Amino acid sequence: MRLRASDLTIERGGRRVIAGLSFDASEGAALIVTGPNGAGKTSLLRALAGFLPIEAGGFALDGGDSERSVGEQAHYLGHADGVKSALTAGENLAFAAAMLGGDPSRAAQLAALTALGLGHVVDFPARLLSAGQRRRAALARLLMAKRPLWLLDEPTTALDVAAQSALGAIMRAHLHDGGILVAASHGALELDGARELKLGATAEAPV
Amino acid sequence: MTSAVLALFVREWRIAGRIGGGASVGIVFFLILVVVMPFALGPDLKLLARLGPAILWIAALLATLLGLDRLFQADHDDGSLDLLINGSLQLEIAVLVKCAAHWTASALPLVVLSPLFGLMLAMAPAPLALTAATLAAGTPALTMIGAIGAALTVSLRRGGLLMAVLVLPLTIPVLIFGVAAAEAASGSAAPFLSPFLALCALSLAAIALAPFAAAAALRHARE
Repeated sequence: MRLRASDLTIERGGRRVIAGLSFDASEGAALIVTGPNGAGKTSLLRALAGFLPIEAGGFALDGGDSERSVGEQAHYLGHADGVKSALTAGENLAFAAAMLGGDPSRAAQLAALTALGLGHVVDFPARLLSAGQRRRAALARLLMAKRPLWLLDEPTTALDVAAQSALGAIMRAHLHDGGILVAASHGALELDGARELKLGATAEAPV
Repeated sequence: MTSAVLALFVREWRIAGRIGGGASVGIVFFLILVVVMPFALGPDLKLLARLGPAILWIAALLATLLGLDRLFQADHDDGSLDLLINGSLQLEIAVLVKCAAHWTASALPLVVLSPLFGLMLAMAPAPLALTAATLAAGTPALTMIGAIGAALTVSLRRGGLLMAVLVLPLTIPVLIFGVAAAEAASGSAAPFLSPFLALCALSLAAIALAPFAAAAALRHARE
């Protein structure tokens, strides 16, 4: 499996944020998208997830399910984390699993939350969780359904050191299983051999 | 797919129940309108009985639209709309399930309680039952048409007003046929069946078409 993008051009509000970007990532590869604020990191991830139209170029997941779009084979985790305050952490995960095609059982919820050190809050309403705990509950969604491509936008926001290393562990496990990871991050992610995709130079190219 | 449909339906119900907005606000609003009417119109029981079906219908229309603006906005704001779009369900089906959950949580209680409220308008038993039947047949159309407006205004901060302006003209045919059928039931010379069937047709058409319109609007709103 291989994520391949060629000549990707994305416009936001009339401004060309990404112009002619090409990259590819094969099984087990991690791509860290870096760049200053406004360089188009989020736009790139949202375009890959299928939420933004692309102006020119294209991308595809070679060897994936040809019946489904790239976004439908990806986990997307953005700034808005999709955790419902009125539901418990476990109910949030069960719903995500059912929607994303995974196992919504309580054992799976507990396993996912425990992997992020959050097993004790499975029955807590999400509104009582701290920002970091909420982020971890959102990250636990990645483990509820198996999808080959992870698109993570600033996954370490609000995470403490222990949670960052737990996130590193689940990302390494995903890559070890042949997954592909594209993450936008300002901080260091605990990944060896990740390639850096620098935005900014292309983003400022004249239209 | 059935499990995803069920999961979405249960989630909508849980959120409606815990946040406590949905059903109770609509019912209280409905009740307020119906209770206030006799004070405004005066104690003429004949007049009240004659206007009863129309009052119940207007109250139901406004109460249904009241809660609809948040139908997709909450999911849009917290990012869970991404989950619906890239999930295993077609977005059109997800829209339909959300509307079904919203209808059962907020419109169905109105239908069930409308005979009780109609008593305050001095309506006789037979018109009460038939008015409830027209509400049951017509409110799905209101919810589905409202869902289009809710999807179109999903990314606007204060989209509630715009949504009402967009949606109200489209609900006028439902109101006309609904009140026509309900008034026929309360003893006027007009036939009951033909407006009632038109009402059913409006609901069925809205159920069939609105999910596509709402889903298309939601996909655009993600940009």
